Amino acid sequence: MNALPWMQHLIVAPVLLPLIVGALLIPINQKRYPLKFALGLGSTLLLWVVAVALLLLADGEHWPDGIGVYLAANWAAPFGIALMVDRLTALMLVLTATIALAVLVFSARRWDRVGVSFHALFQFLLMGLNGAFLTNDLFNLFVFFEVMLAASYGLVLHGYNLRRIQAGMQYIAVNLVASLLFLIGVSLIYAATGTLNLADLGGRVATLGAQDVWLLQIGATVLALAFLTKGAMWPLGFWLPTAYASASAPVGAMLVLMTKVGLYAVLRVWLTVFGDQAGALSGFGLAALTLGGMATLLFGAIGMLASQDGGRMAGYGAILSSGTLLVAIGHSGSPVLASGLYYLLGSTLAMAAFMLLLELTERLLPPGAAMLAITMEAFAIEDKPEDPVGVGIPGALAFLGLSFVACALVITGLPPLAGFVAKFSLFHALLAAAPAPLPATTWLLIALILVGGLAAIIALMRLGVRTFWASGVVTPPRLLFSEAAPIGALVMLCVLLTVQAGTVFDYLGRTTEGLMRSGDYSRQVLGEPPVQRLPDLEAVR
Amino acid sequence: MELILAIAIGVVFGAGIWLILRPRTFQLITGLLLMSYAVNLFIFAMGRLWVGKPPITPTPDIDPSQFADPLPQGLVLTAIVIGFATTALYLVMMIGARGLTGSDHVDGREPRS
Repeated sequence: MNALPWMQHLIVAPVLLPLIVGALLIPINQKRYPLKFALGLGSTLLLWVVAVALLLLADGEHWPDGIGVYLAANWAAPFGIALMVDRLTALMLVLTATIALAVLVFSARRWDRVGVSFHALFQFLLMGLNGAFLTNDLFNLFVFFEVMLAASYGLVLHGYNLRRIQAGMQYIAVNLVASLLFLIGVSLIYAATGTLNLADLGGRVATLGAQDVWLLQIGATVLALAFLTKGAMWPLGFWLPTAYASASAPVGAMLVLMTKVGLYAVLRVWLTVFGDQAGALSGFGLAALTLGGMATLLFGAIGMLASQDGGRMAGYGAILSSGTLLVAIGHSGSPVLASGLYYLLGSTLAMAAFMLLLELTERLLPPGAAMLAITMEAFAIEDKPEDPVGVGIPGALAFLGLSFVACALVITGLPPLAGFVAKFSLFHALLAAAPAPLPATTWLLIALILVGGLAAIIALMRLGVRTFWASGVVTPPRLLFSEAAPIGALVMLCVLLTVQAGTVFDYLGRTTEGLMRSGDYSRQVLGEPPVQRLPDLEAVR
Repeated sequence: MELILAIAIGVVFGAGIWLILRPRTFQLITGLLLMSYAVNLFIFAMGRLWVGKPPITPTPDIDPSQFADPLPQGLVLTAIVIGFATTALYLVMMIGARGLTGSDHVDGREPRS
């Protein structure tokens, strides 16, 4: 074999592309918005195409077991860093690129101008996200987490004002401590097993001695603490509502995605390391995840009812969806997990649309011009960002109202949209997986998910009534097409997800079945041959 | 040697934890720095402790037990660089917060007494 086929190089493209474009964007003058936006949009579009191509490749017959491996710098797997794409990774990449595209278009006319380097930071954030999904090495996962977090620190502060600084201080401090926990966990796992490659770990766990098993369990628990801080499990998620409520709308939508990265990491590490190969350790800690998920559901439901402001409500909504996902991961039987992943798709799309929508509905209320003024002063930006009141689209109020209802339906899990399908299938799978006299925990779990949905309905209804009916608006706000279109697209995707639920579930079924066979990962990743040197080059030497 | 190193890491980390629970940003960042030093030492120690052993060798036929583990050293370098960068970022943000809020309390305002 001489050179790699081009399909293999696609695996590394989602990391390299935003890195290069992000670096290119830095030296371009801040005032050349259209150029910066065009570069960012081009890169994100290309990312989307690459992600879809990877999805088709992973789901097709191209790679054995649907697992594609890319050896970075051509080092064989346990020694070098291996990037790996399977159906789950490809799905997350597509989801990331889709939401990123919507967010970028949304921010085109206003948000990319209220601070410096929005587009560069956005590309780096995408690089971190994609890298975290693709990597198959624990320490590399840490590096990509840090890339993602460093970019998000900048973005959370984007449009520098008092509220964002106060929230940013806490957000950054919490995440720095979580990163330290991450490092402790990684080094304990290395000390116990002598490897950081996930696929390799999966193969070694069953052969460990008693003392090393102890170390591994402690390491994995500490690591999970770091992941779950990002994924906002109770009691590690107190930072989340404040960060959501104070971040600018596009950043809030990306935060929704970042919360899911923590849960993805838990899922990935647990299924590979403590999967069917792990022997006695198989399924270690899953009961704790279920319990944590239940506590998170309760916390999210209470918080949802208690919050007045839309941003905080969205934050608690994200906590609710984290709780539901944690429960699905904790039960990680194949059908439960497939429903959980379907829920992840629907809730992430809807929450992202909801975060964007909140910014537009706030225009119904007296304008928060004071917030922008501080930014201008701090950065000495002379020309004001274009007033959002531009070429309006007709029926703005109807559009806002309908989108709000659609998002609320998905988030709360009411029929007929994706949220209902997800919750229904989740209950079905939970009931089918439980032993014959249903254990009390399953009942409690179903009750908690329903209570969470009920709390979300009450809270969102209150918010909707206050915003649309009781605010006394006379003139409807004027929306830009570039702001309305991304929200419309995300909502339509939720609808499409519902209509095509059968196809999506087929795919997710294949995904989870693949995830359950952790032996495949060890075989594929460790078996991937490095590219041999070209023979004529050898001859020249 | 193991005991001394373990106690040292524990003391530094404990001091860091105490400091990050304090209300002023300077104490917070000092605590974060101390904790990250402790974690770096910890990573290093997880490759087992060696004295006077080289981590790499040019010759292929060696007894690996006579060499130090090079991986934790690589990990610790990366961790130092990343920790340094994120702490520097946090420092910038602290200065911004001090300027905008006029207070060095972590909540951005003085507590009501």
